[in-house]
Amino acid sequence: MYKYDNYDQQMVDTRVEEFRDQTRRRLSGELPEDKFRPLRLMNGLYLQLHAYMLRVAVPYGTLSGAQMKVLGDIADKYDRGYGHFTTRQNIQYNWIKLEEAPDILADLAKVEMHAIQTSGNCIRNISSDHFAGAAADELIDPRPYAELLRQWSSFHPEFCALPRKFKIAVIASDTDRAAMRLHDIGIQIVKNDAGEIGAAFYVGGGMGRTPMVAPCINEFVPLDWLITYSEACLRVYNRYGRRDNKYKARIKILVHELGKDEYTRQVEEEFAHLKSQGIEPPLAELERIKPYFADPAFKAGLSDGIDRSDPDFALWVDRNTIAHKAPGYVSAVISLKPVGGIPGDASADQIRLMGKLATDYSFDECRVTHTQNIVLPHVEKARLKELFDVLDANGLSTPNLDTIEDIIACPGLDYCSLANARSIPVAQKISERFASTGKTETLGELKLKISGCINACGHHHAGHIGILGVDRKGVENYQLLLGGSEAEDTSLGKITGPGFDEDGIVDAVERATDVYLAKREEGERFLDTYRRIGMDPFKEAIYG
Amino acid sequence: MVELLRFRTDEPSESPAVTVDCFGEQTNAGAVRIEPGDDARELLPHLAHITRVEVNFPVFGDGRGYSAARILREAGYEGEIRAVGDVAVDQLAALRRCGFDAFQPDVPMNDADADAALARWDNVYQKTTDGRAPIWALRHGNANA
Repeated sequence: MYKYDNYDQQMVDTRVEEFRDQTRRRLSGELPEDKFRPLRLMNGLYLQLHAYMLRVAVPYGTLSGAQMKVLGDIADKYDRGYGHFTTRQNIQYNWIKLEEAPDILADLAKVEMHAIQTSGNCIRNISSDHFAGAAADELIDPRPYAELLRQWSSFHPEFCALPRKFKIAVIASDTDRAAMRLHDIGIQIVKNDAGEIGAAFYVGGGMGRTPMVAPCINEFVPLDWLITYSEACLRVYNRYGRRDNKYKARIKILVHELGKDEYTRQVEEEFAHLKSQGIEPPLAELERIKPYFADPAFKAGLSDGIDRSDPDFALWVDRNTIAHKAPGYVSAVISLKPVGGIPGDASADQIRLMGKLATDYSFDECRVTHTQNIVLPHVEKARLKELFDVLDANGLSTPNLDTIEDIIACPGLDYCSLANARSIPVAQKISERFASTGKTETLGELKLKISGCINACGHHHAGHIGILGVDRKGVENYQLLLGGSEAEDTSLGKITGPGFDEDGIVDAVERATDVYLAKREEGERFLDTYRRIGMDPFKEAIYG
Repeated sequence: MVELLRFRTDEPSESPAVTVDCFGEQTNAGAVRIEPGDDARELLPHLAHITRVEVNFPVFGDGRGYSAARILREAGYEGEIRAVGDVAVDQLAALRRCGFDAFQPDVPMNDADADAALARWDNVYQKTTDGRAPIWALRHGNANA
């Protein structure tokens, strides 16, 4: 994985000192809260319902064992012994004291980590495919391009007060595991007919209250113009994105209002101008970054056999491991969705343990997925049982990847000052219901996502089943959506009809799954059946 | 406390600034004021006559002025670009990088804080027109990039 050189380290250290100075001025009263707010937000520090929340960046979701250990230590030292992994591959802590925030950043900087631009109206942490470098189906590892973009976007002087937040994802396979087309910019690294590598740019996707799937505005940007083209996309947005209404300020609204063709024309015009400005790093910089992401020393001649005599282990292998490009290896996913648990939460001990397992079993590397789980990307099949036994002894062996229990949920009204309804209890009740009836396994792949307000942090638009919590005359009310997808077949879910109370939504989800079980044809997932038969049979069953 | 922080050796021109939409008819005006919604590119044919451009930041969260300044510098404008309005020490470093060389904030800045903010960053990741070599250029032995 990427290692900082002296320059990268100096930038992060300088940021720690800058934030320490800003915090000092805030605590002394020199800076009032309204002036401090955008400064702390640029550093991932939110003021939530009960305390400050600090969001730490995990660039493209990749972490070393030592970094995971520090994340666990921070949970113990500065929080209440927990961390929460987020839908943008980051981790956040919910009980932070402002006066300690600079010290946390200093602890992070020692292991080449930071919280730079994890919130605020700026370019956020770059996300990527959590199986990058391991997936059998990828063209090339997307992370060197993400790292190039990370450096370009860090402290970008022109884009520090954008109309709204700006999220970029980079992938390099046709299977989309990063919800690429639901980002402000989604980049897919592709190969053209001449065999050259370049970048397809999808601009103007997003969830929130106006969900949009990003259109492709350029199918092939040559690699030696990647940064310049990105800068052109951002400059047009910074100049013309709406600033009169924060709910219409994301780039998706600009692209939608101008139309894809006009937005593209403006970007191309700006790009033509910027090409003369010499802002593109040389390809030598990309070549410098690439070796950090070279394959680890995979052993040759390994067997692909797995002893499946333990049924619990066999189920976990079937559910939670993914094919790897190297013979004899798999990627193993540690579910952070125990039945009845809080999606994405892990204790300090669990975080440290996962770091140690990354070191011992996966070439010192792990990944955070946008679905709030942890991946050990390169595990020898012959050592899987041993790994499973350790996970099992520590409450980390739940075999439910991509099932109805593998729920994405935002923090909701339990923590978030924006939320209208709680998300976590709904997630807990659903996983308990389906685990107790044993239907989870029968249902197979079924992606369920819950947001506690229309800002859609829980990706409800993109769930095969989505749940949106709203406030209805002072009472929490939950709307049900069907048919969304954040994969390469991106689609937005549709609302079934009137909403439900907390218990009612769990029953409604179960009735929707019963329709699927009754109507499914051979090999169909829930989403496939929904797409074939449409909304009506589901409505009938749900509302009778 | 600093009321006008300036990084130029020429005498400050204090001739009154006109708005961008008036500027076209008043080409004898030497100073122009850009509001967030104005297109800085409308000034490009007239840059040789302009000695001072004021870019107004009614609220610091409106970052259109950063692009306006860069566009003027990228077009070769060498006169003063002054940030006015809601400008504070924590924006100084980025504004300098975008081409601003004068600052006249609504609320005067603390000298020591301003000095510290401007001296803080030894290196930068991006190339702009401010003449600083980005880290990628330093890495690849091209400090003049």
